[in-house]
Amino acid sequence: MLRFLLQRLATIVPTLFFVSVLIFGLQQLLPGDPATALAGEERDPEAIRYLRQKFHLDEPLPVRYWYWASGVLKGDLGDSVRIQKPVTELILEKLPVTIQLATMAMLIALVIGVTAGVISAVKRDTWWDYGANVFALWGLSTPNFWLGILLILVFAVQLGWLPASGYVSPFEDLGANLAAMIMPAFVLGNAIAAVLMRHTRSAMLQVLSSDYVRTARAKGLDERVVVLKHALRNALIPIITLGALEFGTLLSGAVLTEQVFTIPGFGKLIVDAVFNRDYSVVQGVVLFTATVYIMLNLLADLAYFFVNPRMRH
Amino acid sequence: MAAVVFQDAEPKPGGKTWKRLRRRGGAMFGLTVVVFFVLTAVLAPWLAPYDPLATSWSEVRGAPGAAHLFGSDELGRDVLSRIIWGARASILAGVVSVSISLALGVPIGMAAGYLGRWADALISRITDAMLACPFLILAIALAAFLGPSLTNAMIAIGISATPVFIRLTRAQVLAAKSEDYVEAARALGNPHLRIALRHIFPNIVAPLIVQATLAIAAAVIAEASLSFLGLGQQPPVPSWGSMLNTARNYVDQAPWIAIWPGLSIFLLVLSFNLLGDGLRDALDPRHRA
Amino acid sequence: MRIRQAFVLLLFASTVQGQTLRIGLAEDPDILDPTMARTFVGRIVFAGLCDKLFDLDEKLNVVPQLATSYEWSADNKSLTLKLRNGVTFHDGEKMDARAVKFNLERHRDTPGSNRKGELSVISSVDAVDASTVRINLSAPFAPLLTVLTDRAGMMVSPKAAQATGEKFGAKPVCSGPFRFVERIAQDRIVLERYPNYWNKGEIHFDRIVYQPIPDATVRLANLRSGQLDFIERLQPSDVPQLKNDRRFRIAKIVELGYQGITINIGKSDLAQKNPLGKDARVREAFELSLDRDALVRVAMEGEAQPGNQWVAPNNRYYAKSVPVPKRNLERAKQLLREAGVPNPSFTLMTPTASDAQRMAQVIQAMAKDAGFDVKIQSTEFAASLKLADQGQFEAYLLAWSGRADPDGNLHIFLACKGPLNNSGWCKPEADEAIEKARVTLDPAQRAKLYETVAQNVAKDRPIIYLFHRNWLWAHNAKLTGLRTVPDGMVRVQGLKMN
Repeated sequence: MLRFLLQRLATIVPTLFFVSVLIFGLQQLLPGDPATALAGEERDPEAIRYLRQKFHLDEPLPVRYWYWASGVLKGDLGDSVRIQKPVTELILEKLPVTIQLATMAMLIALVIGVTAGVISAVKRDTWWDYGANVFALWGLSTPNFWLGILLILVFAVQLGWLPASGYVSPFEDLGANLAAMIMPAFVLGNAIAAVLMRHTRSAMLQVLSSDYVRTARAKGLDERVVVLKHALRNALIPIITLGALEFGTLLSGAVLTEQVFTIPGFGKLIVDAVFNRDYSVVQGVVLFTATVYIMLNLLADLAYFFVNPRMRH
Repeated sequence: MAAVVFQDAEPKPGGKTWKRLRRRGGAMFGLTVVVFFVLTAVLAPWLAPYDPLATSWSEVRGAPGAAHLFGSDELGRDVLSRIIWGARASILAGVVSVSISLALGVPIGMAAGYLGRWADALISRITDAMLACPFLILAIALAAFLGPSLTNAMIAIGISATPVFIRLTRAQVLAAKSEDYVEAARALGNPHLRIALRHIFPNIVAPLIVQATLAIAAAVIAEASLSFLGLGQQPPVPSWGSMLNTARNYVDQAPWIAIWPGLSIFLLVLSFNLLGDGLRDALDPRHRA
Repeated sequence: MRIRQAFVLLLFASTVQGQTLRIGLAEDPDILDPTMARTFVGRIVFAGLCDKLFDLDEKLNVVPQLATSYEWSADNKSLTLKLRNGVTFHDGEKMDARAVKFNLERHRDTPGSNRKGELSVISSVDAVDASTVRINLSAPFAPLLTVLTDRAGMMVSPKAAQATGEKFGAKPVCSGPFRFVERIAQDRIVLERYPNYWNKGEIHFDRIVYQPIPDATVRLANLRSGQLDFIERLQPSDVPQLKNDRRFRIAKIVELGYQGITINIGKSDLAQKNPLGKDARVREAFELSLDRDALVRVAMEGEAQPGNQWVAPNNRYYAKSVPVPKRNLERAKQLLREAGVPNPSFTLMTPTASDAQRMAQVIQAMAKDAGFDVKIQSTEFAASLKLADQGQFEAYLLAWSGRADPDGNLHIFLACKGPLNNSGWCKPEADEAIEKARVTLDPAQRAKLYETVAQNVAKDRPIIYLFHRNWLWAHNAKLTGLRTVPDGMVRVQGLKMN
């Protein structure tokens, strides 16, 4: 177990190195440069010259990488050129928002996905199966920015039940916060629900045909008990580990949903920074989320490894 | 991107698979719709009632009626014709992107699985790094780098989706490599390439097909997302994603401009998803009734 | 004693109802430091946060704000300002001549300052006495007063600026009716009423919250659902529907800027390789193939005014002898025949924003009627800037947000030495007129000089000006006191919610 852990930890370092090179390279290769993009309408040549000097834009790529990477190792992710705020501060500001959105989306996804998956597996090849399939898949089959706009028009403008966009801190007003987050969480959760449904279905099918379940049935237990108590519990483990991975993706992948609902999370931060050529922000935030994702991966692997022997009853 | 399903080594899928596929209603529905859209795309020049690029200042945002079955858009163009021609862009977006992913991912994955040691370690770390970056961010950065256009969007999506196929191929190769018949083939002195092509490759075809089908679905959505940000198909050539993007400004006054592309994307993507799921069921021995 | 005061205040406050004004912006502003700020939308926030030396009225006249009067010296190289008494910054510091001197020097000298170009003509500033400032110029500069009605005229607290240095933008301390409370990037900027504002009688809100909501549909949805009281940049296509909704009002005014097509005439060798850049007749044919009225009607829903100069037709500096041309397909085709290129083809570099894309498609369709093959090349904003600066384009669909003084719309683009002269046009006669109009203060003389420039521009067409948009605002009908000034700023003085 320990050896496994050490082995995995050893792979994390080179992976993070490649992540840093990848995201750094992608940013720096974008046409145009931050000095011009951020120098405003008049693009005063002196202001541009100053920016280029300040952010070492005229130096060769490897040198710029070194400036950035050495800063990162010291804990300094640089500053946003656009609003002159340290990237670390921006991350801390947006982290609670993104975590809340991701958690809510995950819960919705679990409810929809696992339920659909169980129904689909238990009643396979019937209309229940197809229905559950389509229900879970429809979230994956619609562009989420589109779904978001439709929901806003229906629930915010027409019905007036929910706010159209924006974010309120839960500490300020929990009710308003939930009202603002429920639509984007639903849009995000919908898409993940499909993935969870597939895996629940797979895992359930596998478990339902196992000896363990056959024994339970032979013992005369009620079918519902068999499904829920015995089969689902065992099928849940791979589902949860997958859930952990998807959670990691959610943390940075809610790009378009945040854009539409104007939720100040990571996704919106990164996209705006890409178009504004605010290099430090993109590099810093992606590095951060990649690290979190890799850690979640590691935890999922460990959990699976840990739990695996117990699965074979 | 959709998660990966691992397969036990199986002989090439064939008639039995088709029979099993036929029994799953969802998959057949999906297949029918996909074929329908592909035919629409191919036969566009003959099916479309109007030139999709023909503007008309007097018919701006006309409601659906006799002249324009699906209505006309913000520049007076016929929505139905644009939907028909737009099928080309959307299907291409899906198919070409995934083809790029396959063309890159499968050889690299096979190299990683087969060569092992340093090659494997290097490739795996790079793949992990790509997977750790948010898919859409990679695609956006690549598309911005290449320049806004449908072709570049397809390349961007294709490259961003490659790691999944690398992982999948590699896993299958590793599983197959330890099989007895491969060891035997090596012992007999068969060259590596021949082993790779004859013995290993057929086993990975099944899961690759499943993954590819699901990836096409995701790629169509990705193209729509890139269009939302201005990086996909550029006007005036229609694609459902860019139509949806312009339409969102008119959702209230002229909903038909938005409904048809949205519905089309939904149907196409849903169908690919159902088809992919059905294929997985048909090819996976564990799911046999 | 304190408790009683607090109680009374609470009572008072509850009756006044602590009103908050919620404004929806189209983008997230950049740095909230007038010296470093670069965006249009940042200026809207400054309208609530920072007062300036002068302001503009609806007719574009310069009116007093922090300065009460001005006087030019005989040689026009020195401007003396009289300052308003009793004005304080948000931290209590006095706004006096020393503070003005500090600010002007800060705008001019700070490394990376975006006001340098506007104030480079200032050679020195003297604080004559506590309420008199003398600005000395190296040469006469007609746009100076209007420059001082924008960010370059905004005054920040010297004490705070010196204390925070580069980080001033994170917690700006300024001189306007509201002071800074907090800012959450991409979410909101919150300002609260400054009790010692010199004009506090005109302020009827306790707080302003600016919320950037880039998606225009969502921004309007927020207004309609009641979450916002005011939004800027309403989409033209939303006007017809909103007009019929009695809960809201739409306000509009023609902008100071313009929408135009910049043509590469001499910026790089691409100019010579393309018939549009090479031959003035081809450019004339292109302009004649465009129907500006139809363009405005289809692409902008009529919410713009056709134009052909860097200022709108109703501007006092518009040259009436160079009117907006009408479409003339026959003449266009004839010109192309004469030039020997009946079917010229060129690439129009277009920003990815949806309205620019719409315009480009309409232009493409119109020009096709004359035989032009216009290829739309969508280019991301940051990339397009670089390409334009390097001259790597043939035609560029560009909008300019506009300045109050005509020189602000003209010099940077069309002066031979203009930093943004991406067309590469340099005509000595026109250049002389442009430079001369900068140093002449008499409006009549300036108008005559601009007429010369307009005639030259009309002949060579380095830029084909298309139209001037309407600023479109939508707000809750209960909000009164809104002033529509062509600079597009949301002035908070006088705004009241009934």
